[in-house]
Parts: sequence; C-alpha cells; structure tokens
Amino acid sequence: MFEAIVGGLNGLVSGFAHLHWSNPIMIVVGLVLLYLGIKKNFEPLLLVPIGFGCILVNIPLAGLMEKGGFLKVIYDAGIMTELFPLLIFVGIGAMTDFGPLLENPKIFLLGAAGQFGIFLTLVLALALGFTQLEAVSIGIIGACDGPTAIYVTSQYAPHLLGAVSVAAYSYMSLVPVFQPPIMKLLTTKEERMINMGEVRKSVSKTTKIAFPLVVTVIGGLIAPKGLPLLGTIMLGNLMKECGAVSRLTKASENEIANIVTLLLGIAIGATMDGRVFLTHQTLIILALGFLAICLDTACGVLFGKAMKVMSGGKINPLIGAAGISAYPMSARVVQKEGQKYNPKNFLLMHAMGANTGGQVGSVMAAAVMLSVLKGMGII
Amino acid sequence: MQMDNWTFGISMIVVGMGGTLLTLWILSLIMGVLKKVFPYKEDKN
Repeated sequence: MFEAIVGGLNGLVSGFAHLHWSNPIMIVVGLVLLYLGIKKNFEPLLLVPIGFGCILVNIPLAGLMEKGGFLKVIYDAGIMTELFPLLIFVGIGAMTDFGPLLENPKIFLLGAAGQFGIFLTLVLALALGFTQLEAVSIGIIGACDGPTAIYVTSQYAPHLLGAVSVAAYSYMSLVPVFQPPIMKLLTTKEERMINMGEVRKSVSKTTKIAFPLVVTVIGGLIAPKGLPLLGTIMLGNLMKECGAVSRLTKASENEIANIVTLLLGIAIGATMDGRVFLTHQTLIILALGFLAICLDTACGVLFGKAMKVMSGGKINPLIGAAGISAYPMSARVVQKEGQKYNPKNFLLMHAMGANTGGQVGSVMAAAVMLSVLKGMGII
Repeated sequence: MQMDNWTFGISMIVVGMGGTLLTLWILSLIMGVLKKVFPYKEDKN
C-alpha cells in the first residue's frame, strides 16, 4: 500500500520533475504576451490565444503537441494545411474597403515601396547564416502581415513559425511606437505640412466589383504560387463589394474570422515550446523582423518623397509610411503625425489608400516571391 | 542546382521587388482605365 501511495504522489509531482529550464521562462513569456494583449490592448485577439497556447505547451507531460494532442490536431489541421491564414484572408478581404486606394490608383506604388524591407532583410538573414528558405520566411515578417508570414513560414521553415509569427503580430501592434521617429527623420517640416486636400468620391460600384477580379486574374497569372493568398482576400472583397451575399460577408468578417483567429492563435502559441524556441536564432529573428518593418517604413516614406517631386509637391511623403500592411493602424499614425504639423491637414483617407495598397502589396510581394522561388527551382 | 547565397539574395531583390513594383504598377494602370470606363455617377436618391 505504501508503494502505491508513493507511486501516486510521484504522479502528482512528475510535472515539476520534468520541467526543462526553458519552460518557466516561456511561461513568463506567455504571461507577458497576455499582459500586452489584455492590459496594453496590443492585438489582443491574437496575443491572448498565442500567450495562452505558449503557457499550455510549456507545461510538461501534457502531450498537447504530441500525436493526438489537441493542439497538435489544431496545428496539423489549420497551419500545416495553410487553411487558417487563408480563411483569415477571406475575412480581411470582407472587412477592407479598397475605395480610398481606387480613388487614386497611383498610390498602389506606395504599397509596393512598403515591401522593400522584405527583400533587404532576406539578404541580411542570408548574410547571418540562415538558409535560403529560412531567410525568405524571416524577410516576410516585413510584409507586416501575420497571415502572409504564417502562410509562407509554415510551408518553408515550419521550425521558425513561432518566432516569425510572434514577431509579425507584435511588431504590427507596435507600429504607432516606431513609425513616427522614422517619418520625422526622413521628412522636412514643410513636407509634413503638405495638405493633400479632400478625397473626392469617384469610384463606381462596377469598378469596385471589378477590382478583386482584376487583382485575382492579373496577380494570379503573374505569380500563380501566391494565388491562394490573393484569391482568398479578393474573394472576401468581392463578396463585400457586390452586396449579393451579405450573409456570407458577415460570416466571413465575424464568425469565421473569430473562430479561425482563436484556433490560429492557440496553434501558434503551441509552437513556442521553450526547448525549441529559446535559442539565439529566435533573438536574431526578432531583431531582423523589427529591422524589416523599419526598412519598410523608411522605403515607403522615401518613395513618398519621390512621388512628391514627381507630382509637383502635391503628395505628402508621410503617407508613404502607410504603404505597409498594418491596417488601419499605420494610416492612423500618418493622420496623427500630419495633424501635429498642420492641424488643418486631413491625411487619413489618403493614408488609408496607401495602407490598403500595402495590404495588396504585401500579399503580392509574397506571391511574387513564391513564384520566383519556384522559377529558380528552390521550391 | 543550388545557387550561392549572394546570387540568390540579389536575384530576389531584383526579380522579387521589381516584380512586385511592376505588378502593382500594372494593376494601378488597369484600375485607372476601369475608373474611366465605369465612371462614378452621383446617387440621385
């Protein structure tokens, strides 16, 4: 009987006995993510499930990420199959109004300029010794677009998924902190004061309906490997703009997006097992990801300056900073910064145009990247 | 054939970034044309 009691007690303390040194650290990391989401309101919809998933996976012997474990089932069903990021994209498409972009289609180019950081960071990651596919996955943090980063990384560097997705989502939420100093550094006071006037409504419903179809067909023909990304975001947008399937649109932007966000978040958190996550590689990835998004902002602003010159001073270069995919935070930052220097300046709708251009740009950059890799015979 | 990192990186910048810029420029041109073909009409209601 004594042996049975000792055996039973052993069962109750085996969790503590099997704690790896990295597990308590990662539980604290999970708590920090929860704090950022709950208390600081930084992307709470994602950081709360990610943080909780991180805590769950760092409790030993529960077997949640072993064959048959519930987190493993979710991970295999939604991340390994790429289903979750694509379903999120349908929701994003259904929520996004590309109207401000279509008012001035030239602003599309700012959405392209905001992707320079992806490619520059890719080269830097190669220089630091990452493999080519790892470098692609690290560079894609610069898309500033969580689902795109997850889509690419889960296919080509799944062992980096935790670090890449945490970097992508946490830096997206930090856009209001790190963008203003870069914007200020690269522009003059006169440039920041440029008033771009009002955005006049000039886009017909037919054009808005044609937009997702054009992007899908042209983008898909140029970069077929990225068609799942382009196709899902544009399907969502077509449903929104045509108005004929409002039930599907509402389901995509609410129920489907909410359920998938929960499952996606917890599955990403589940990749943060301390024994795999706590490496110097993770710290380098976090640093490179930050650099990527800063470079995106800088290149966007510099391209905005070029457009200002070409337009005869009509474009405020600040809107270039919104050429990233962090929607709508980045556009709001531009509006706030513009008004600091000229209280009569309303850049919001112009910045929204650049911001939605950044959304298309980030997806297009990933699609082009995948197709180029395919063309090179690397994937 | 495995290419070296330098060739890979530069090729990705040139073709990847160039391809992104070019694609979005083409899309902006098409959308500009579509705006002219289907002009906005003020809602009379």
